[in-house]
Amino acid sequence: MFARLFATALACLAALPATASDWDTVLAEARGQTVYWHAWGGDPKINAFIDWVGDQALDRHGVRLEQVKLADTTDAVARVLAEKQAGRTTGGAVDLIWINGENFAAMKAQGVLSAPFAERLPNWRLVDVVGKPAVITDFTEPTEGLESPWAMARLVFEHDSARLPDSPRTLAGLLDWIKANPGRFTYPQPPDYLGTTFLKQVLHGLTPDPSVLQEPVDPASYEAVTAPLWAWLDEAAPNLWREGRAFPRNEPAMAQLLADGEVAISFAFNPGRASAAIAAGELPATVRTFVLDGGTIGNASFVAIPFNAAHEAGAKVIANLLLDPTVQARAQDPAVLGFQTVLDLGALSPEDRARFDALDLGPATLPPADLGPTLLEPHASWMERIAEDWVRRYGSAE
Amino acid sequence: MRHPGGALLRQAPRLTLLVIAGPVLAGLTGTVAPAFGLGTGGGLDAFRALADWPGLGAAVRLSLATGLISTVLALALTLLILALLPGTRAFSALMRLLSPLLAVPHAAVALGLAFLLAPSGWIVRALSPWATGWAEPPDLLTLNDPAGLALIAGLVAKEVPFLLLMALAALPQTDAPRRMLLAESLGHGRAAGWAFAVLPALYAQIRLPVYAVLAYSMTAVEMAMILGPTRPPTLSAQIALWMADPALAERARAAAAAALQLGLVVAALALWRLAEAVLRRGLLRAAALGLRLVWLDAALRLLALGMAALTVGAVGAGLAGLAIWSVAGMWAFPAALPETLSLRTWVAAAPDLVADTAMTLGLALAAALAALALTLTCLETETRHGLRPGAGAMALLYLPLIVPQVAFLPGLQAAALAVGLDGTPLAVATAHLVFVLPYVFLSLSGPWRAWDGRIATAAAALGAGEARIFWQLRLPMLLAPALTALAVGMAVSVGQYLPTLLIGGGRVVTLTTEAVALSSGGNRRIVGTYALLQMLLPAACFAVALAAPALAFRNRRGMAPA
Repeated sequence: MFARLFATALACLAALPATASDWDTVLAEARGQTVYWHAWGGDPKINAFIDWVGDQALDRHGVRLEQVKLADTTDAVARVLAEKQAGRTTGGAVDLIWINGENFAAMKAQGVLSAPFAERLPNWRLVDVVGKPAVITDFTEPTEGLESPWAMARLVFEHDSARLPDSPRTLAGLLDWIKANPGRFTYPQPPDYLGTTFLKQVLHGLTPDPSVLQEPVDPASYEAVTAPLWAWLDEAAPNLWREGRAFPRNEPAMAQLLADGEVAISFAFNPGRASAAIAAGELPATVRTFVLDGGTIGNASFVAIPFNAAHEAGAKVIANLLLDPTVQARAQDPAVLGFQTVLDLGALSPEDRARFDALDLGPATLPPADLGPTLLEPHASWMERIAEDWVRRYGSAE
Repeated sequence: MRHPGGALLRQAPRLTLLVIAGPVLAGLTGTVAPAFGLGTGGGLDAFRALADWPGLGAAVRLSLATGLISTVLALALTLLILALLPGTRAFSALMRLLSPLLAVPHAAVALGLAFLLAPSGWIVRALSPWATGWAEPPDLLTLNDPAGLALIAGLVAKEVPFLLLMALAALPQTDAPRRMLLAESLGHGRAAGWAFAVLPALYAQIRLPVYAVLAYSMTAVEMAMILGPTRPPTLSAQIALWMADPALAERARAAAAAALQLGLVVAALALWRLAEAVLRRGLLRAAALGLRLVWLDAALRLLALGMAALTVGAVGAGLAGLAIWSVAGMWAFPAALPETLSLRTWVAAAPDLVADTAMTLGLALAAALAALALTLTCLETETRHGLRPGAGAMALLYLPLIVPQVAFLPGLQAAALAVGLDGTPLAVATAHLVFVLPYVFLSLSGPWRAWDGRIATAAAALGAGEARIFWQLRLPMLLAPALTALAVGMAVSVGQYLPTLLIGGGRVVTLTTEAVALSSGGNRRIVGTYALLQMLLPAACFAVALAAPALAFRNRRGMAPA
């Protein structure tokens, strides 16, 4: 009994934010380290932002930041797993990974993440845990401090208002529009992340009681729950881009289709992407975003530290820096990234808050009030089953 | 005459085979073992999972069809060009374009072609809306077509320059001009005469590069991802997708698919050998029938010219499109040119570009020079001691070219990690050597073995030692193929993506790792900048390889390129 009480007390202590002196130790250890941040490198705007974060880290804390640009986040996960199999328990190549969803779940399950650190970061107290529950629940998987959030993502639809002034607001409306305008809508081919997210959005919208999606898939009811989804997709299929005979690979490929005018409605997992792309001259200035009535799927992007990271202290400093209000405000600037902040604006000093208020949302970004409710990611097992089924139904032509 | 270094030299072939086969076999074991469930209790679950994939049949058909058809077309076009075009202005123009064409990476060619052929691409833009009436891109399936035609076009465009270069390096050893003279004096047309008299000698020397092309075409990933079908993709593209899947169970399925892919490549090679034998008999019979086929020449010449122009034109236009994208502001359909120009992309990328270029060049030089040194010692040993490599040794040499990279690199990475050899440029250069060495050996061994041994006999009779024969006769006379081999090696090294990423742990950054990471984002502007540099770098190497011997032997008529 006493031992149990003691253990509980210890656990409470561990959950407390780090004291100033603890953090000073981390800072001292981090000074002079070079942190290798493995992050998807497909977008020059994100790469430039990470460069800028690196400048800040060097100026403020004497930590060097090197982005290891990945074609796929799984490359970093595979790397850490390979190191574990090879018995390399220290001095690993990966210090920090941009991660969420399945990749996080895989690393957590394999036990290849460092000890919980996120909730002990000094800037953790600014994170909007209540208003943005996705910052501690990654695809229904509790983060348990194993990863620290740095950006909020929301599914938003994009359309060129010059070609399509009125956008549909419901799934039924979208289906009608697709049938009336054959060849002007598509989605990335599942199991691609964004493509599967679109399927989840449709499933969510067509499920009378979406709370079942927060539980793992129940094989007994799976067919019944997903039947409306497949019916919707079957009806849309012949009217998709290329008659559904080919699908774009991923989110950037979708973006290119919108830029080229091949599709009239696209979607992205970033409400600020369209404005940022307009600012960069990559999309027509008439592109606007919209959401569906009832809300759209949202989640958070995180950074995690592998168990064998060579520069753990430096990685923590970077994770904390990413939560700094100046860094968050810069990420939210549509001219930079247009990523939504993970912070609770009410918890900020007036001076920091002003940084966010001063942001010009850009021509295409919806103000937070118009974004509608955020739908939580379904349990990861839904994503797997749906993607698998999609491949079985549509993955090969004949 | 015994040499002090003779014993060491004798070991060179063994060392070389170890460099090539060791890593491949170690990696293959580490990667394919999961396919058979080794380490997790054994069993064929992975293969069962693979068989459950509904797209398997179509993916296998696609891999075989695109690989075989593109290789046949690339080889046919190469032979047509060599038979009918030498001496024409078109031929010399083609020779000048060869190095940049060869050097440009597969992904860049594919993206360039995609921009050209897409319904919102350059061709349609140039014709819209004035000729087509299209204010919006038409919904046509020109890319990613289910039959893989766009993919075949891309593969042909990329492999013809490689085969041409290999053939050109071998041609001087075939005594082609005198053979043609003989055939023509017998009244043969140019095409028939070339096929009867030169082709047999030439094909014997480029057979191995042809096999490499076949294996590569069947296993290409980047091109299949960009131009190939998606429902389902080719087997190799699907393997790459499974490898990138966070669900670890997909690794085992990928390993099983990789084993299957390996079997497919071996089967395709066997089929090819069979076709070789059949065609050889056909050729012999045609020759014995005394067919002169003079009437064929005009039509074939036109075909060769047209196809060559189409290939070069398409690749060139695609790359020009990417180059324009690298300085483009907004560029919407159906504008044929960007509305605004800006150097923003280049300025933003400049610091990275300089560092990446230096690393790329350093790795390429190190790997290619090491490969050339090993190849030269092997071939010299072979010449001095009559140690022809046996069939087994040749099969080992070919391992890195026919084993799909995804089938053994993850295992190799694990091996490198286990011994702590990873994450450094040296380790990456060593990994590159595995891929560079076969190509260097392939491109040099043919011309080397065809070198007229009577020259050495004459020199030896005049008292020259083996070292002197090597340094003063054999090597200088074979300088052109040796430099070509070096350039090929450098181009191969520059193009390596997976080995650099996996062995370098992400810390060794080259133009290619950057370009592939960026092309996953599909941003044509930034891909344009990297593609241009990726093309310029090996192009410079090839230009040197072609120009240096011409310069060194400008007053040696017999050394002039064919």
